Amino acid sequence: MEWESYYFLSKSQSLEIGFPSIRLTATHGTSLLTSAFSLPFSPLFRTSLNTHNSGKTRLLQLFSDPNQLFLVSILKFNKLIMQKHLFLGVEAIGQGAIDGGMSGVYSYPGTPSTEITEFIQENPLAEERNIHRTWTANEKTALETALGMSYAGKRAMSCMKHVGLNVAADVFINAAMTGVNGGLIVTVADDPSMHSSQNEQDSRFYGKFAMVPVLEPSSQQEAYDMARDGFALSELTKVPVMLRITTRLAHSRAGVARKDVLPENPLSMPANPRQFILLPAIARRKYKGLLESQNLFLKLSEESIYNRYEEGAEKSLGIIACGIAYNYLMEHYPNGTCPYPVVKISQYPLPENHINRMDQECDEILVLEEGAPMVEEMLKGFFAKGTPIKGRLDGTLPRDGELNPDLIAKALGKEMFSGYAIPEVVANRPPALCMGCGHQDAYVAMNEVLADYSKGRVFSDIGCYTLGALPPYETIFSCVDMGASITMAKGAADAGLIPAVAMIGDSTFAHSGITGLLDAVNEKSSITVVISDNESISMTGGQDSSAFGKIESICIGLGVDPAHIHTIVPLKKNHEEMVRLFREEFAYNGVSVIIPRRECIQRASSRKRNKG
Amino acid sequence: MKSDIILAGVGGQGILSIATALGEAALADNLLIKQAETHGMSQRGGAVYSHMRISDQPISSDLIPGGAADLILSVEPMESLRYLPYLSETGYLVTNITPFVNIPNYPDIEKVMEEIRKLPRFIAIDADTIAKEVGSTRASNMVMLGAASPFIDIEFSKIEDGIRTIFGRKGEAVVNMNLEALRRGRQFAEENK
Repeated sequence: MEWESYYFLSKSQSLEIGFPSIRLTATHGTSLLTSAFSLPFSPLFRTSLNTHNSGKTRLLQLFSDPNQLFLVSILKFNKLIMQKHLFLGVEAIGQGAIDGGMSGVYSYPGTPSTEITEFIQENPLAEERNIHRTWTANEKTALETALGMSYAGKRAMSCMKHVGLNVAADVFINAAMTGVNGGLIVTVADDPSMHSSQNEQDSRFYGKFAMVPVLEPSSQQEAYDMARDGFALSELTKVPVMLRITTRLAHSRAGVARKDVLPENPLSMPANPRQFILLPAIARRKYKGLLESQNLFLKLSEESIYNRYEEGAEKSLGIIACGIAYNYLMEHYPNGTCPYPVVKISQYPLPENHINRMDQECDEILVLEEGAPMVEEMLKGFFAKGTPIKGRLDGTLPRDGELNPDLIAKALGKEMFSGYAIPEVVANRPPALCMGCGHQDAYVAMNEVLADYSKGRVFSDIGCYTLGALPPYETIFSCVDMGASITMAKGAADAGLIPAVAMIGDSTFAHSGITGLLDAVNEKSSITVVISDNESISMTGGQDSSAFGKIESICIGLGVDPAHIHTIVPLKKNHEEMVRLFREEFAYNGVSVIIPRRECIQRASSRKRNKG
Repeated sequence: MKSDIILAGVGGQGILSIATALGEAALADNLLIKQAETHGMSQRGGAVYSHMRISDQPISSDLIPGGAADLILSVEPMESLRYLPYLSETGYLVTNITPFVNIPNYPDIEKVMEEIRKLPRFIAIDADTIAKEVGSTRASNMVMLGAASPFIDIEFSKIEDGIRTIFGRKGEAVVNMNLEALRRGRQFAEENK
């Protein structure tokens, strides 16, 4: 089943409404959804109809607003599957955003979100429309810039990984307060099971915290649709909309049918010139407005095409399946054979109508959600007196890690063939620094000098060089968040651990290292900052680093003594020179910066390939 | 029709080129596809895998359930064993026999092969040598796809078309070399299954 796009009909166009049948006769007179909504916006009804031209049974969802305009969406029941593009989930979002009339994407790379922006960067239509698509310095600058574009009336998206939203949390929470002018989608890719991350935080909590609608696709098609239509939802609700995906959906391909390409918004100023001024007196009013809007957000969730109640005869159990967990559930019940009632959830706030119905109809409720037990906790309540809730909190499912079909089969009490055991001979094959990588040379030289000191002096950061924690290097002793190497080294030096060393990459330095270095300069801390510069954001695939060619001048500008800024090419032939630099600067009582600089070998080889 | 395939290898070995060729073939055959890939940190020389699901019916999960894969297709022998919990009772394991040694504790290759030979249905092929014979070790992944093709329910000509599509840009000689690699792989599997 698949929803067609929204159409916007004026009253003058003919939509014949009569019971028991409804006929949509304005097929050729429709105009595309625009941002001309006004509140309040209440759902009128949802019913089925026959369209006169195709004769196929369709479900019509109809809303009206005070301007006597109708918003119609149509659910096709026919099993026609249009599969035109084999898209990764991230690519589907990129395409959806372009087709949704987006004028700019603002992002910092981070697995599993990176390819959304890369897709847009390489897309011909994005180029033709000159959609903004250059990487930003970090997620905070990304989302703030996107908010600025929204202020100017245009549609914008900001993409980041889950921990990136921590960096952008300030603007995210406050953007819910200011609201938007042009539609704004914040796409956040979570990484349960930590395939490429330092934690598995669940971004839906941020959505709830900011009190904005959250979309969580269960399929690549929904990912496309939500990215395309999410701008309209943002303009309708007047707040940013979060689009939350997880690793599996991000990096899995499936067929996606594209829809009409919408025009970009024209430049337009906010109707209220004080909308974006969060002075306390104004902010208090804005906050009350946001609180009042919650009813609308709930209503939209309850009527959302992405949420639904699926009937089931066996009422001993009801299942709530959020996002991609719905697919894992249906894997075990192909062709609609699930005996239990199911609430599919892909739009938040939680649709109370479906959940209440399940609570009334079913003896127990099983909650399947990718990430943290957010919905489960909401339903369970402190005293747990109501309908028993099963999920991650009672051990029915593991408390952490991503879901998969096997875990859900187990939760449903299904017996499965468990395959063959992994033979003992199989050794782990962890990721490692590439052969010939410059970080290796830097670590070898550092280790030689560090041998003169007690262990545990090197604080590191987020990037390929974090692999220096593993054998054969075992040089570094921390990896916390973007930029924390410099600040933690300073804190340790303040405590008396002298020398303390920070190991940070060029793009991480640009992202969040600069302010920490300023702190250290201001206090003349005894730290050595090693900015291992491979001239690219390598862990995520070699994107352009925003500090390219600027690192020395940034350090000098911050006040680092130029006599203690050294650049060297990390190669075996320069080993002795590197050792000498490290030895001298570790002994220096003040801030020094050593920049081993050699292009990432992956980026260099792909650059050579593309040339040839 | 349904083929659930685990593709396995080491980051940098290019298992996704196999997925791309198969994906093109499946699309040309009007089949539905879901394919989960590994991106990010593990690409740095770590173990990588891809879940590839091809069916004429709608596919729900992006991941193949345990014990349900019809095929494990691995471009490295030890990696082929890592995903055995996914292999079904009737499933085939098809693997290249050339080890990729980038860890200090890589096991004795004979012990690895011993484990592979314990399986009821397997193809162990020297894809690198065959690829060298047809022109370049770079074609080794297409030898592997050929060796797996008898166990995938897609018309062989569609797989050949897939290769023409993805290598077309690089000229006729490259297309023909990869087609020859594919056929030689298939021939080996037919003779040794």
